[in-house]
Amino acid sequence: MDTNTHDRQGGGGGGSFLARLGGIDRRWIFLAMGLSIAIPILLKLRFPEVPGPMARATFDAIESIPEGSRVLLAFDYDPASAGELQPMANAMVHHCAARGHKIVFMALWPLGKQMADATIDDVLLEFHPNYAYGTDYVQLGYKAGNEAVVKLMATNLPQQYSTDAAGAALSSLPLVAGVQDLAAFQLIASISAGYPGAKEWVQYANSAAPEAFTLVSGSTGVQVSQLLPYYPAQMEGLLVAVKGAAEYEMLVTAKYPSADKPELLAERLGQGRVRMGPQLVAHLLMIGLIILGNVAMIAGRSRGGAR
Amino acid sequence: MMDRSRTHRTRRLAAASLAALVATAAAMAPFSLATLAWAGELAATSGASAGALASALPAASTGASGITEPAVGWINTSRLPLLVALVIICGSVIAGILLARSGRPLRIRRLAALDAVDEAIGRATEMGRSVLFVPGIQDMTDIQTVAGVTVLGRVAKTAAEYDARLEVPTSRSIVMAAARETVQAAHFTAGRPETYNESNIFYITDEQFGYVAAVTGKMVREKPAACFYMGAFYAESLLFAENGNSIGAIQIAGTAEPSQLPFFVAACDYTLIGEEFFAASAYLSGERDQLGSVKGQDFGKLFIAAAILIGCALATAAVFIPSLAGAAASFKAHLGG
Amino acid sequence: MLQRTVPIAILSLSGLILMLAYFSPMTTSWGETVLEWFNILAAVAFVLGAGNLLAVNLEKISSRRPGWAYAGITLVSFFLMLGFGLLKVGAVPNPEHPDLHFAGSYDTAASPFGWTYEYVFSPLTATMFAMLAFYVASAAFRAFRAKNTESILLLGTAFVILLAQTAAGMFLTGWIPEDSMFAFLRLDWMKVAITEHIQTAGMRAITIGIALGVVATSLRLILGIDKSYLSRS
Repeated sequence: MDTNTHDRQGGGGGGSFLARLGGIDRRWIFLAMGLSIAIPILLKLRFPEVPGPMARATFDAIESIPEGSRVLLAFDYDPASAGELQPMANAMVHHCAARGHKIVFMALWPLGKQMADATIDDVLLEFHPNYAYGTDYVQLGYKAGNEAVVKLMATNLPQQYSTDAAGAALSSLPLVAGVQDLAAFQLIASISAGYPGAKEWVQYANSAAPEAFTLVSGSTGVQVSQLLPYYPAQMEGLLVAVKGAAEYEMLVTAKYPSADKPELLAERLGQGRVRMGPQLVAHLLMIGLIILGNVAMIAGRSRGGAR
Repeated sequence: MMDRSRTHRTRRLAAASLAALVATAAAMAPFSLATLAWAGELAATSGASAGALASALPAASTGASGITEPAVGWINTSRLPLLVALVIICGSVIAGILLARSGRPLRIRRLAALDAVDEAIGRATEMGRSVLFVPGIQDMTDIQTVAGVTVLGRVAKTAAEYDARLEVPTSRSIVMAAARETVQAAHFTAGRPETYNESNIFYITDEQFGYVAAVTGKMVREKPAACFYMGAFYAESLLFAENGNSIGAIQIAGTAEPSQLPFFVAACDYTLIGEEFFAASAYLSGERDQLGSVKGQDFGKLFIAAAILIGCALATAAVFIPSLAGAAASFKAHLGG
Repeated sequence: MLQRTVPIAILSLSGLILMLAYFSPMTTSWGETVLEWFNILAAVAFVLGAGNLLAVNLEKISSRRPGWAYAGITLVSFFLMLGFGLLKVGAVPNPEHPDLHFAGSYDTAASPFGWTYEYVFSPLTATMFAMLAFYVASAAFRAFRAKNTESILLLGTAFVILLAQTAAGMFLTGWIPEDSMFAFLRLDWMKVAITEHIQTAGMRAITIGIALGVVATSLRLILGIDKSYLSRS
């Protein structure tokens, strides 16, 4: 039952089994993909990950700034991309808090604030209950304007954010009172699903002050091709998709375990590694499907040639 | 006789302007800056004062915060190289337009995707099904949306001539308003003002996946025979294209989002890649001015290629000739690298 | 005449101001003003869009067109969320102003608005995004055929990246020493070579072409050469 009327490849219709496979109903493919994702999750399949150079660079960038530095975390994504980006967001917040860094949260996407709030509740306050609002972390919230927000923050942050997300004046919050521009931060991290995101931080923040702060980013796999030209010159670290998140999680949890909540930490900061199991099986499935499709095409051609 | 001599003079003037522009670019922008920098480096090395040279180059003031503050005054000198590049590129586009107006023959390579527009709409008419046009999910501030709406005008004109029903779901209210104006104008141009129905161009939602769900649901239920995706797309590109495949529609896509191009290329019948999409409006109009601008754009590409080659040559030479290292660094810095 | 001249004049003036504002510090505020005008227009147009949404869906319900039930769900959801947000139904009281209802926060999970976001909207958007996994598989099966040299190169690249992005890459080639002469056969090495050099070079070329296309298109619009977006009088 071939519902793809545009597919003229693969010798669909009559003839050998292999040639017919080229026109297989796409619902069988969907079923196979569903099983390839569900089974590893249900069986809790985990595979060893070796941190790559970009994950190491991101880890080292956050390690290299002095303890207690002021860092800006931009949550530039929404629930649709949370599958890929939430693991790296969780790991990054825990890493920064474990180093004693003071964290300022903000968002360029409307729903980014909710993602940041969830991360604060699930990670920051869960594993670092000593963190106090106003002195150790601040939530600036979402600001409309896309790259214009970054441009203005680069030179006049109080004009862009006169209050935090709850309406408190910045001057009343010790962490951000007196902060004039982005140079007040030692590190800026953008967890980015697209536009506006990491690219805008490079173009408008890093270009304004290339030496003032370290810029790192986490990105979805689809968008990373646009960010690679900026690594490592403008961006010292870049986490790529779930694999980058899994590698970074390994580095963070190895160095900063939780003494009193190890299982909870493994759960909250292990989602990247959990998702690598289905990713491996799904990738193998796709390789198999591609090979199958080509075999079907060759079988169909040879059958057509034999006639 | 008089017209021919005027055309000849215009042609000579345009050609001379273009030649002067390219020559100036080659002499001034990349080369002379590097030469100046090289001279400055040599002068500094030999102990001569580079103060005069340094003062001639744009200097940015650095505030106490470490942020490079923009220079006050009429011109931001730190952006001067970009202004020079912009003038050269815009100048080449304008020169292309002037050349086109002078009557010089223009050859633009054929774009299969645009040649297939008539075929796609004709197919929809024969099958008695609708044509779906998706102008992207961004607002009119995105140039891709503007380009998509201009292509919509051409598609709508053809649809009006063929009496095919064209539906345009939009993700932004302003885009809906612009699309309505465009489609209405197209119907007037086609001589079919009575067939225009503004309810065929409607707003759905700003939310990305809400819009995707509505449009893909519409595709599955109503099964349009031809689908056009022209504009800025993100994750929904493959959702649209695969759904279109599943209903057997002929699909023509165009976008300048590099990350989404592979999905459209894999799943659509025809794809306009990057600058082809921006040239589409000019191509479809057939107007000499617009086609001339596409030719002029190619000269801008030559300028950029020249700058890249010169930069690569300098960087490579600097490996073997250490005294050129400063020049290579200055060249890179002055071009904004 | 004015119906076409005025829009072109506005477009040309706005475009020139925005270009000027980028290069001239004296005119930076002009560019910001133009952007603010657009934001105001977009906010007003949102009302237009909401009105159109109501009109389209009400018409679909009244004429009982196929799928009219979806239109009903759309309208119910629209008014429900509008009410929750505008009226701050069930908002969490603000500790600083507990007596003022409208000082409360409506976007926490304790309020209906936040609850709907957390348990309805978020899962739905994640579901739509997750459908990509299935569509990628079917697209790969259908489109990735080795018909010529370029497609064979594409397939080879796809296999390298698919394997290198998972633990299979390390399993298959991780045993090759990184400092040996065969290190280039490691899948992670090949992935880096492909993504950081070949892919990046191609992406830069496409991006440069796109930028030129943007400049040319913008210039055509600013100079009034391309008027296809305008209505005819």
